[in-house]
Amino acid sequence: MNLNVPPHTMRASDTSRVDLLLIAEMVTPGTRVLDVGCGDGTLLRLLAEKRGVDGRGIELSQAGVNSCVAQGLAVIQGDADTDLVYYPDLAFDYAILSQTIQATYSPRDVLKQLLRIGRRAVVSFPNFGHWRVRTGLMFGGKMPTTDNLPNRWYDTPNIHLCTIKDFLDLCKDVGAKVERAHALNAYGSKMGVSMPLFMQNLFGEQAVFLLSR
Amino acid sequence: MSETPTAQSITDSSVRLAQIANPQSHIVHFNEKLPLDCGSELAQFSIAYQTYGELNAAKSNLVLVCHALTGDQHVANLHPVTGKPGWWETMVGPGKPIDTNRYFVLCANVLGGCMGSTGPSSTNPATGSSFGLDFPVITVRDMVRAQARLLDHLGIPELLCVLGGSMGGMQVLEWAASYKDRVFSAVPIACSARHSSQNIAFHEVGRQAVMADPDWCQGRYLEEGKSPRKGLAVARMAAHITYLSDAALHHKFGRNLQDRDKITFGFDADFQVESYLRHQGLSFVDRFDANSYLYITRAMDYFDIAADHDGVLANAFRGTKTRFCLVSFTSDWLFPTEESREIVHALNAVAAKVSFVEIKSDKGHDAFLLHEPELFDTIRGFLGAAARKRGIVA
Repeated sequence: MNLNVPPHTMRASDTSRVDLLLIAEMVTPGTRVLDVGCGDGTLLRLLAEKRGVDGRGIELSQAGVNSCVAQGLAVIQGDADTDLVYYPDLAFDYAILSQTIQATYSPRDVLKQLLRIGRRAVVSFPNFGHWRVRTGLMFGGKMPTTDNLPNRWYDTPNIHLCTIKDFLDLCKDVGAKVERAHALNAYGSKMGVSMPLFMQNLFGEQAVFLLSR
Repeated sequence: MSETPTAQSITDSSVRLAQIANPQSHIVHFNEKLPLDCGSELAQFSIAYQTYGELNAAKSNLVLVCHALTGDQHVANLHPVTGKPGWWETMVGPGKPIDTNRYFVLCANVLGGCMGSTGPSSTNPATGSSFGLDFPVITVRDMVRAQARLLDHLGIPELLCVLGGSMGGMQVLEWAASYKDRVFSAVPIACSARHSSQNIAFHEVGRQAVMADPDWCQGRYLEEGKSPRKGLAVARMAAHITYLSDAALHHKFGRNLQDRDKITFGFDADFQVESYLRHQGLSFVDRFDANSYLYITRAMDYFDIAADHDGVLANAFRGTKTRFCLVSFTSDWLFPTEESREIVHALNAVAAKVSFVEIKSDKGHDAFLLHEPELFDTIRGFLGAAARKRGIVA
């Protein structure tokens, strides 16, 4: 899909957030979107400018919220774990959780809330099944740190990391239908859909899922 | 002691009393009825207001500032009674977050006030003397209704933004609920959709203090040439504590003694915090009317937007296109963050465009009046974005 913009202008300042491009591509133009854990509003701005989306956000950090409000984005200070219950059923066409699910207290409940609030849910997360993570633990004998997961075990916000296969199990468990799923390699490129799951789980650094109930 | 609430006024009370009928403000006299929520009406009424900046040709750059319980229209100019800077000079002015080079800022003294708008100390046309307790009990919605009449009179159809803190925030919510088509954006700060039981309780303490003062004279103190200074000062002292926080009081005063080395084993103001409160009480009675205090606190007590909409807060905002930005402060125990969140949830439920920021501050409820850079950034950013959306170029 052509978004009519050069990739560098669409990228998040943090190059590890190439998942945002893929998410923007998954969202139908002109729809209503809730971005849970919207950070400084990079994705919401991208969606508003390039996809004509009517976007709302939730963000925990005051700095993130202030940055969003100053840009004219409708963002509330809140917590994915506690504040999603206040949204009515099917309030949005898409409920997006980009690189946030691994930092929530109850990923399963959050995913269920996303599927209740949105007609579709888009979830991206760092893949803990990536070979660097696996070899880091196997040969280093310590909790792995990578470019995508730079924090040490005692100061990481990522308290519920999972692999692509783990996430598929969770989707099955909550009755979510996987409409699209992509693993992104270290360069942020989509890996071939023909690639078997175990290969994607081994070489994918991040994954982006489009789900429906 | 020079600082007991019984002391003489700092300023000549005639300066304050003159503001009631002839304020140093713009004033519009409406020779028309104003229906009130209590079922009564005012046969005629006046609204005093201040403006800053210029209204643009499209009349699209009006920012309406709503003042709090004991505030007034003097937002960003020297106060005619106290001679002190306006209550929001940090926020409103050229280059300030509410930039008067860009926006036309208007603030009106609320109905029931004592700085030129019709209130209990105004002259009752039916009797020729002040209303006193004959003044009908007014509500926040009545205040907003009167402001809407003022904007009609000035020929301004739409508000680019209406904003205010505390009771000002209540007016903002009422504007957004009652005049959906006129409000492009709204910033309710440190407020609630309904006055809590605890807050009603504090107001009752204040009112009882005023009414227990023999100089209140059953509300007819103006005719008697008296003023319930002691009662009103005590009311202010009690209320002032609720505007601060334990941490703020501790940082400012601790247990420090006032102009003495040791405690006196008496009831003088040994502690700095006592002296401070006495001063707050005293300076308040020099600029405020006791009956206005009764009526305006009552208006806040009656405020409950959900009750006006079948008990469901979200119903008040159904169909709204207004862009909202709510702000609360972590140490505000008078209007705690949770009460702002309730409004946010109601707005979410009707798919309103809503932003919400909880600002870390140890200054308590009064934080909205003080130097809070996060508040300035939020207001500047939100208002700027609203103006761009409305087609107002910088």
